[in-house]
Amino acid sequence: MIDSIALTESTYYILLSLVSPQHGYGIMQQAEELSKGRVRLAAGTLYGALSAMVDKGWIEQLPVESGSRKKEYQLTQRGRVILEKEVARLRELADNGERILGKAQEA
Amino acid sequence: MSERKTIKKWFWVWDFDKEERWLNEMALEGWVLDGVGWCTYRFKRCEPGEYTVRLEMRPYDEGYVSFMEESGAEFIGRMIMWIYFRKKAADGAFDIYSDIDSKIAHLDRIGRMLAIIGGLNLFIGLLNSFQGSPVGWLNLVCATVLMYGLGRIHGKKESLEFDRQLRE
Repeated sequence: MIDSIALTESTYYILLSLVSPQHGYGIMQQAEELSKGRVRLAAGTLYGALSAMVDKGWIEQLPVESGSRKKEYQLTQRGRVILEKEVARLRELADNGERILGKAQEA
Repeated sequence: MSERKTIKKWFWVWDFDKEERWLNEMALEGWVLDGVGWCTYRFKRCEPGEYTVRLEMRPYDEGYVSFMEESGAEFIGRMIMWIYFRKKAADGAFDIYSDIDSKIAHLDRIGRMLAIIGGLNLFIGLLNSFQGSPVGWLNLVCATVLMYGLGRIHGKKESLEFDRQLRE
């Protein structure tokens, strides 16, 4: 089951943003930037997703620096594997789409 | 000292989207929510459309509130299990939930609360009625209203789940 998991768009962009350490607002900005403004993560959705992903061990919370209230997160090895599998899955989806639609246009 | 006013108004829990719409209409008219109490909304003058107001049901969680504040939202206050935020429209679009799953999870939280309080009222109402207490019917009326609310929340959830079958 875990091998063929399809991530939601929010999950995908959150994981991508966490390849290097990032705090909550940074994730929101990065997801928006990467998707050229299309994906806007709302804070409530992000908050829930982060705690679920910490529970699953896909990301980890970094020790909070003294004097800062901002929690930073980073991708774990497990999270990286999930992300790589998802990229492969998305590539398959996109390749099939282009191949079949391309063929349909030629005919 | 800026101009202020207080409005007393009642919203059913399952009409939380109506409540939010009303608060944003007030903001468009130049009155932004500045405090909440039991059926009480305190407003202060603002530029028309200066703020977006959002509310949600969530047990109070300090970590969550500071997370929201990090993202540019301002915590207005809370009333029982409801929390209220506002954000300047100039600072960008403001929503609390951006996907169907987290909207469904929010409705689930509201539904669970209604079910617990409704179930409790039903239990107490039946117990009191069997013991011949003159106020047992009051709890039964409460239970009926809460169960109606649960139905309304369930309806909202179903239409989201229908969407969820085809998209996220």
